[in-house]
Amino acid sequence: MLNPLFYYENVVLALRQIWANKLRSILTALGIIVGVASTTAVIAALTGLKTKVLAEFETFGAARLYVWPSRPEGVPRNLFPWEKIRLKAPEAFALRDQCTSLKGLTPISETSLSVQSEAETLEGVSVSGIWPAWHATENRQVIMGRPFSQLDIDNARQVCLVNDLAVRDLQLPADPVGTHLIIGGRRFLIVGVVETITERMTGFNTISAELFIPHPLMEKFMDRDFFMRFVALANSPAEADDARAEITRVLRKVRGLTPGDPDTFRVQAIDQFIDQFKSIASGITAVAGGIVGISLLVGGIGIMNIMLVSVSERTREIGLRKAVGATPTAILLQFLLEAVTLCLVGGLVGVLIGQGFAFAVSQIPGAKLENASVPAWAVALAFVFSAGVGVVFGMFPAIKASRLDPIEALRHE
Amino acid sequence: MTQQPIIEVRGVTKVYQVGVEIVHALRGVDLTVHAGEMVAIMGSSGSGKSTLMNTLGCLDRPTAGTYHLSGREVSGLDAAELSQIRNEQIGFVFQSFELLPRLTALENVELPLLYARGKGWGWARERRKLAEEALQRVGLGQRMDHRPNQLSGGQKQRVAIARALIAKPRILMADEPTGNLDTVTTEEILKLFEQIHQDGQTVLMVTHENDVAAHCQRVVRLRDGLVLSDLPAEQDPAVGPLVPAIRSAA
Ligand SMILES: Nc1ncnc2c1ncn2[C@@H]1O[C@H](COP(=O)(O)OP(=O)(O)O)[C@@H](O)[C@H]1O
Ligand SMILES: [Mg+2]
Repeated sequence: MLNPLFYYENVVLALRQIWANKLRSILTALGIIVGVASTTAVIAALTGLKTKVLAEFETFGAARLYVWPSRPEGVPRNLFPWEKIRLKAPEAFALRDQCTSLKGLTPISETSLSVQSEAETLEGVSVSGIWPAWHATENRQVIMGRPFSQLDIDNARQVCLVNDLAVRDLQLPADPVGTHLIIGGRRFLIVGVVETITERMTGFNTISAELFIPHPLMEKFMDRDFFMRFVALANSPAEADDARAEITRVLRKVRGLTPGDPDTFRVQAIDQFIDQFKSIASGITAVAGGIVGISLLVGGIGIMNIMLVSVSERTREIGLRKAVGATPTAILLQFLLEAVTLCLVGGLVGVLIGQGFAFAVSQIPGAKLENASVPAWAVALAFVFSAGVGVVFGMFPAIKASRLDPIEALRHE
Repeated sequence: MTQQPIIEVRGVTKVYQVGVEIVHALRGVDLTVHAGEMVAIMGSSGSGKSTLMNTLGCLDRPTAGTYHLSGREVSGLDAAELSQIRNEQIGFVFQSFELLPRLTALENVELPLLYARGKGWGWARERRKLAEEALQRVGLGQRMDHRPNQLSGGQKQRVAIARALIAKPRILMADEPTGNLDTVTTEEILKLFEQIHQDGQTVLMVTHENDVAAHCQRVVRLRDGLVLSDLPAEQDPAVGPLVPAIRSAA
């Protein structure tokens, strides 16, 4: 009785049953289909994002470090006024000159200003103050003209870099190097064009026009105590931890913090961002899991309902099968396998739709999801869950069928 | 006969309770059937024929009494054990055919073998062959792939008979197998039963028509859940040709 042939034949029987009631089966399995499809799609998108982001992290190496001001927790605010904790240009100089584990460091400050070219005036254009090391830390090389040099910084030259979107939006000549822009009322010479980077580390930045000027010039456009952060590049990924310690040590010394004092800034290496990203990703995965849980529950109740209908519709069949020798176990298995098969078919349809979504999402330009694909474990999990729903929610109807008395079942109308 | 009987029933009763009402469907039936016999069970409606058949067919358990099938006491077995006995030893034919509508004639005939124990992958092909043979035997070799709704009543009952025979049961039981058929078809089906009996099959058939019972050698009459008479067909007061003689002798 419990030979493999029996299982195989019952699955075939179940498929015939499903095929005979196509519409009803689809409607019944809808909960499972929707649940599996949406979760598969979310997981696919997330996986794509993850591969992409991790790959980016990889190419930059784990050598990147971020420094930003941070008020210590659990101490009175008035002890740490903004003026005391904000990063300042001299600190950037100190770190650059004293940290032997660093290959480069740049302060970065951002604002938006009105920008005027010969052909166009734009409000609210993103303008960032940087040092030459920015090219290395952000991995953005010039595609035309020249990068910033130390002399640009030291002499606070009124020069700027534009990205190619700025060239487009400001209707600059195709090779804008040598032309001028009025940025916040000051005249800047364009010395180079940098690529527009659509994928930045953790940012979901919008793709738009960007201008870059020597960092000292930012003072002209900002409040006295404006915000800046530092981005540094360790000599090698292996030295990232050392670099982090060194930055902390030097900055504490510059700030005159004594050993008991808390840090008034934060230094974070890229791997910590990876961890953060991973935990966000698993958070989303958990939410997706919750969605699938609910839809599987709803789907399961649908399955149970239809199986009860099926048992009642086929009471005579059950009676006949029993009369010719089907044991209660055989009937139980027949209906259980039918429920499981129905759920698995639903799961399969769901996975296919999910794959479709994943493909569609991977085709969206600029969505960073070109790597979106359904991982094998998600497919496996979808089927395991579907089968589980079939077993759990098919059990009650199957038990009901198995317990029918053959004579009474045959008398059923 | 010195041979062990196939069916040996002693003092079998069956009590149904419907609400507060208690129905005594069988009140103590004794019956012995030997291999090779063809027995008609007769009686008016409600006399307990179906109840007795269901009990003999292991579809139902008696309230009291003993039932030895092929020498084995079966009245105390559980549902799974009874299923196995039905599968291996009993072929049942119902008045209303009871074919599964979505299956072909061949698949319907195969059904009991689906539940045969201890078979491997090769069984599927073997089973199919047996089903084809069974259908040929009942004269439906040309209708194997037809579905029940594409068959006439007589053909349906032939399929049901093929199904009942496919597992080579010790005994073939039929509860009013011609009850839903016209007279011409009834004659054909009864001829088939006779043929099957002549091939050595033990047959037990419920009927309330005398001309149907005339095809059997032995007639058991029930009344109110008791055996009224158990005689060779030719001695049965309503069935046999010697009716007046018996009557005057009684
Ligand atoms: N499941 C049941 N519940 C209650 N009473 C029943 C049941 N089955 C049969 N009976 C009763 O038992 C008696 C015998 O019925 P049955 O064996 O079907 O008679 P027959 O087949 O000879 O017409 C009848 O009085 C019938 O009402
Ligand atoms: Mg009856």
